[in-house]
Amino acid sequence: MDWFLQQLINGLALGAIYALIALGYTMVYGVLRFINFAHSDVLMLGAFAAFYIAPMTAKMFGPATVSGALVVILLSAAICAVIGMTIEYLAYRPLRKRPRLTVLITAIGVSLFIEFTGQHEKVFGAATKSFPTLLPKKEIIVGALRCSSNDLVVVGLTGVLLVAMWFIVQRTKIGMAMRAVSFNEQAASLMGVNVNAIISFTFALGSALAAVGGIFYSMRAPGIEPLMGVQPGLRAFIAAVLGGIGNLPGAALGGVVLGLIETFFGGMPGLSNYRDAIAFALLILILLFRPAGLLGKMQTEKV
Amino acid sequence: MRGREKLFLLIGIIAAIGISYAAPAFNRYYLGIAIDVGINIILAVSLNLINGHTGQFSLGHAGFMAVGGYISAKLTLVYGATLPAAAQPFFFAGVLLLGGLVAALAGLAVGVPSLRLKGDYLAIVTLGFGEIIRVIFQTSDTFGAATGLTGIPKLTTFGWAWALAAITVYVVACLVNSTYGRGFIAVHDDEIAAGAMGINPVRYKVTAFVIGAFFAGIAGGLYAHHKAVISPGGFDFLKSIEIVVMVILGGMGRTVGVILAAIILTILPELLRGVAEYRMIIYSLLIIGLMLTRPQGLFTFGKKGAA
Repeated sequence: MDWFLQQLINGLALGAIYALIALGYTMVYGVLRFINFAHSDVLMLGAFAAFYIAPMTAKMFGPATVSGALVVILLSAAICAVIGMTIEYLAYRPLRKRPRLTVLITAIGVSLFIEFTGQHEKVFGAATKSFPTLLPKKEIIVGALRCSSNDLVVVGLTGVLLVAMWFIVQRTKIGMAMRAVSFNEQAASLMGVNVNAIISFTFALGSALAAVGGIFYSMRAPGIEPLMGVQPGLRAFIAAVLGGIGNLPGAALGGVVLGLIETFFGGMPGLSNYRDAIAFALLILILLFRPAGLLGKMQTEKV
Repeated sequence: MRGREKLFLLIGIIAAIGISYAAPAFNRYYLGIAIDVGINIILAVSLNLINGHTGQFSLGHAGFMAVGGYISAKLTLVYGATLPAAAQPFFFAGVLLLGGLVAALAGLAVGVPSLRLKGDYLAIVTLGFGEIIRVIFQTSDTFGAATGLTGIPKLTTFGWAWALAAITVYVVACLVNSTYGRGFIAVHDDEIAAGAMGINPVRYKVTAFVIGAFFAGIAGGLYAHHKAVISPGGFDFLKSIEIVVMVILGGMGRTVGVILAAIILTILPELLRGVAEYRMIIYSLLIIGLMLTRPQGLFTFGKKGAA
């Protein structure tokens, strides 16, 4: 029972991070209908932004303070929002009318470009760097259960961000425009929606969430390096598909489900080596039985 | 048309084996690259059958290459040493074929469920299967786990690589140009219309996938016996991307273009060795630039769909 609860806590914390990253995938897919492979590298850039900003805030606020951490997270999110918009403007916008496969391959190209540039010794270097402590860390021990305060913060903050996302998309004017573009781009533009601005905004929002996800991920990971985004990025993408791509609550649900499954299977003796394969196996099963995902709606193809 | 293709095949095989006899006279480094080129031609042409001619987007080609490579290398390591030298070529042909067949089986197992999906979803599922195959080899002690297999006899010669490349090109070209093969192009152009014409799209897609996987397995076998060392890391997502880029650069569905692209993209990294630290950055910029300026591929000569 203790083992079960312990894995539940770990799984929720991991799943919350996947959910944050998955939201970015799902939002971009919602408006542009393609997989933004570079998303996983934006999350890496977010982690590196925090890595370089943290020492500065430590001077101003003292090391590992809540206000310092907030400044780090906000600044990194802002930087990544700008990076996300830049990527969209330079690489994806010229291809808006081209086949989706072309855009997909471009996205892979952008992803490789960020990774290899990051690995160059004059940029970040390929070596693993240890991530600075952002928050005061406490172990909360209840009976045999151990829970790091960081995990609670991650789960709590993710919850807040999810509600904020829901509010933006469902209750604001710009959110309504996002939904309109996702529903029918041409009709939306005829109704006076500035489609380019909305797509830029979507990228900014998704990339900012990726930055937050990247920082949280790095807080739990042993260190950061230019390829660190690949694994969580793939998982988050799977989470987005799992929940039904293009569907915001679905992405959150998919993230949590994937985090839990991975932690439970990874924790079982004999299965831990297959941890990397489990997420993919799950994805394949879901796509075979519910191609539209857990919360997605099936669309029939019209001739 | 058919006679000409047979002639090309014959010339290709004879030239490959002929040059192979003269191989000791060449620089070993250049010979190694030439063999790499042959292997990459097999990979690119076989992926072109799936991604180009049939219009399915597979990102898991390296997985099938891994299956062929591991199976044939393991067989050589276990049984190869006991055979007399005269039997070696037959044995090598046998293990390559077996590696290809097992890879084809893997292709069938992957293709039947996943080819019901389209576009991005298919891409991500094939990527997933490729990763799963890699993880299986990585965790299996029989196949050397994370370190992989070492000390594989270097049986791959210039003749083997290029003769098999010629056979691959011949088989794919004849297949696509046959009456049966028009079905692949029909599925590529419009699946629903093809279905309405009485073509079973799923069957064609699976057929393309299995044949593609078979040749990828053979390429994997050649690769393993060329490098003498294989490890799971060599068959990752990046390897699949490399092959996909060859197909795209050559122009999807254009065999001649794809062969040229395979040659260029194998030699290019060697030429860029001087600026090794910028090599991969240049490579990724090349992909982006190509997609922005020439999404139809660099080499667009040759009728689309024909060889």
